[in-house]
Amino acid sequence: MSLSVLLFGILSILAVASALITVISKHPVRSAISLVFHFFMLAGLYLTLNAQFIAAIQVLVYAGAIMVLVIFVIMLLNLENENKLKSKYNILQWSAFLLGLGLVFLLGVTYLSTGTGLQFAPEIAANNSTAQALGKALFEGYIFPIEAIGILLTGAIVGAIVLAKKKLS
Amino acid sequence: MIEEYLPLIIMLVLGFGVAVLFLYLAEWLGARRTTHGKQTTYESGMEPLGTARDRFSIKFYMVAVSFIVFDIEVVFMYPWAVQVGELGLVAFWTMTVFMLILFAGYFYELKKGGFEWD
Amino acid sequence: MMQELIYALPLTLIFILSIAVIMVDAFTGKNKTVAYYFSIAGLLGVIIAAIYTMTLPSADLAKMAYEGTISKGMLTYGGYAAFFDILFAVAGILTIVAAKPYLTREYGEYKEFYSLIIFAISGMMTIAHASNMVTIFIGIEIMSITFYVLAGFIRTRITSVEAALKYFLLGSFASGFLLYGMAMVYGATGTLQLQEISAKIATGEIVNIYLQIGLALLIIGLSFKVAAFPFHQWAPDVYTGSPTVVTGFMSTAGKAAALVAFIVIAKSLLPTNFGATLINDKLIVVKEFTENATMIIALISAATMLIGNITAIAQKNVKRMLAYSSVAHAGYLMMGIVANNENGFAGIVFYSTAYMLMQIGAFVVVGVLERDDTKFQQISDYSGLRKSHPYLAAVMALFMFSLAGIPPMAGFPGKYLLFTATIQSGYTWLTIVAVVSSIISMWFYIGLVLNMYFKEKEGDALVADVKSSHFTIAVSVIGVIILGILPSFLIDLAKNFF
Repeated sequence: MSLSVLLFGILSILAVASALITVISKHPVRSAISLVFHFFMLAGLYLTLNAQFIAAIQVLVYAGAIMVLVIFVIMLLNLENENKLKSKYNILQWSAFLLGLGLVFLLGVTYLSTGTGLQFAPEIAANNSTAQALGKALFEGYIFPIEAIGILLTGAIVGAIVLAKKKLS
Repeated sequence: MIEEYLPLIIMLVLGFGVAVLFLYLAEWLGARRTTHGKQTTYESGMEPLGTARDRFSIKFYMVAVSFIVFDIEVVFMYPWAVQVGELGLVAFWTMTVFMLILFAGYFYELKKGGFEWD
Repeated sequence: MMQELIYALPLTLIFILSIAVIMVDAFTGKNKTVAYYFSIAGLLGVIIAAIYTMTLPSADLAKMAYEGTISKGMLTYGGYAAFFDILFAVAGILTIVAAKPYLTREYGEYKEFYSLIIFAISGMMTIAHASNMVTIFIGIEIMSITFYVLAGFIRTRITSVEAALKYFLLGSFASGFLLYGMAMVYGATGTLQLQEISAKIATGEIVNIYLQIGLALLIIGLSFKVAAFPFHQWAPDVYTGSPTVVTGFMSTAGKAAALVAFIVIAKSLLPTNFGATLINDKLIVVKEFTENATMIIALISAATMLIGNITAIAQKNVKRMLAYSSVAHAGYLMMGIVANNENGFAGIVFYSTAYMLMQIGAFVVVGVLERDDTKFQQISDYSGLRKSHPYLAAVMALFMFSLAGIPPMAGFPGKYLLFTATIQSGYTWLTIVAVVSSIISMWFYIGLVLNMYFKEKEGDALVADVKSSHFTIAVSVIGVIILGILPSFLIDLAKNFF
């Protein structure tokens, strides 16, 4: 067994475990923290699949910025008692569970029918998903969209000011 | 490919392991004599008032949103930065304009008091 | 490169204007008039630039747009893109002018409003100029995010905040569908460039399950953005809860922008031109694919206009009635995509222009008469309007007649164009449904007019707070009448676009 497979196994077990804690935990902050851990494990998984840029973004944006937002929202809403919410959404939970089972089934069938076993790090990913390759593609072909995203982000700043600033001048 | 990251992984595992180890060692080896004073929340010597899980002000939200916006900016800088030597002038000016647009947003937020704690 | 810069002038100007207007906002402090006039002047500049690019020769426009040094084929210039630039900028000016008295009265005039309108317009113009899926998506996102904020602009009103939250949750979900659809199409064709996608589909090699799923997801996402059945449920609540001037803006310009995205995607993903004979098995596959997809869009269109018009009959609130009528109009406009020929697209161009004028006009009249969020919005409040405000009653009646499609208002030639284009493509049943639902819609449009003219008001008369809204109403009235009497110049112009 190569190092990649071993790492993949360990990381995916930890990822699934932390995802389970996120869902099962009664305490919202504990859920959030285990979600951070989950994001880190996912970043590791991306690395084993040779997607280093996505791994970096996973840590930078998801484990960083998005989680800050999630924890702030928990603090803003003061969600102490999650049980109050829980009973209402039983059908939703069950259907989510069934859908998840369906996905596992689908993946299993795909895995069995292709019969090629585990394949890691396809060469295409190794050459095209590095930050260098992405930088080349982005800054040679997508110049206009980048500037448009600048406008989008600035618009988001204006929107945040309008919605959240206490006193507008 | 993955072998390149081996030092990183070893460092992460070691760092995490040492932290956990010390925590549990302290718990295991340390003497435990609990008193009322030790168990209460430490609030600079004051008697604790109310619950710690109070609702936070919406002001924190402003901080979080600003952080996300400028974090996304970094996402675009990263692939540019690792390739800047080869990309040439067009990419440089693209990034400059992008930064200027976001700088305008930053300036706007500054002027509007988005970073003030009012 | 210089030539491309000239063609890209309207788009460049609106981007610069977006940044300039927030800088003006930040530097003028308590002074509100500077930002107001600056926004209007900037939009006028955009209109002039767009008119200029329309007059430029379009000889090697397509080639240049495709190989352009700046855009790298991300953008298209001139033609319909320039026309929609004008349309969005005009809608922006009409909204800003009408918003000043409305916001001052209802909430307080905040300069951020003008910045947000400009940002929304830059998103819409990005969509209008898009020739690549990435550009379309970014444009839709710029537009949507500013709309979420605009819907919740009056933060002290619970209805406005509710509208913003609802719009945001459902809208971002729909954006997810759109993005997933684009990813699927990319997976099937290997490119995001709409011209290349079109060429690849026409070969018949790649009509597979991924392309079909991708197209289905794209139709779902775009149907949400234009508020078509069964993804229209957000529209009545959002349109009713948002500040009235904002509703006028997003139900017209926003809808038109989403329709442009729909047109360019439908045009490249659903090829119709196969030549005289079908010799090839693969071409038959493509033809079937196109026909099935068109049938789905036709069904959505038929259901949208029926549901919108029938539900509108039951409404007691004028704003909500107009919201449902806006859903129905999404159905009419989608007929142009079903037709999928130059007449159909020209019909969309004409009708979205006419619709923009009459719907903004109608919403501004509602905004002028309403007070404190929901007061004086009921149809019964409008009775006796002829006596208390003969001018407002007359223009409101004009807008209602135009929305119902009664000649000689602008609504009539627009509907006529769309109906004939649909018959031309062989969807006669859809035209029959459209005619029937137009007749249904007369019930509530004419009902409001009868209420204004032939019922006496009990209690005090409404107070109108018109001020600068006069300008918006006047422009809408003049536009509706001119387009109704002399539609041919715009129709001829629009037919040249496609």
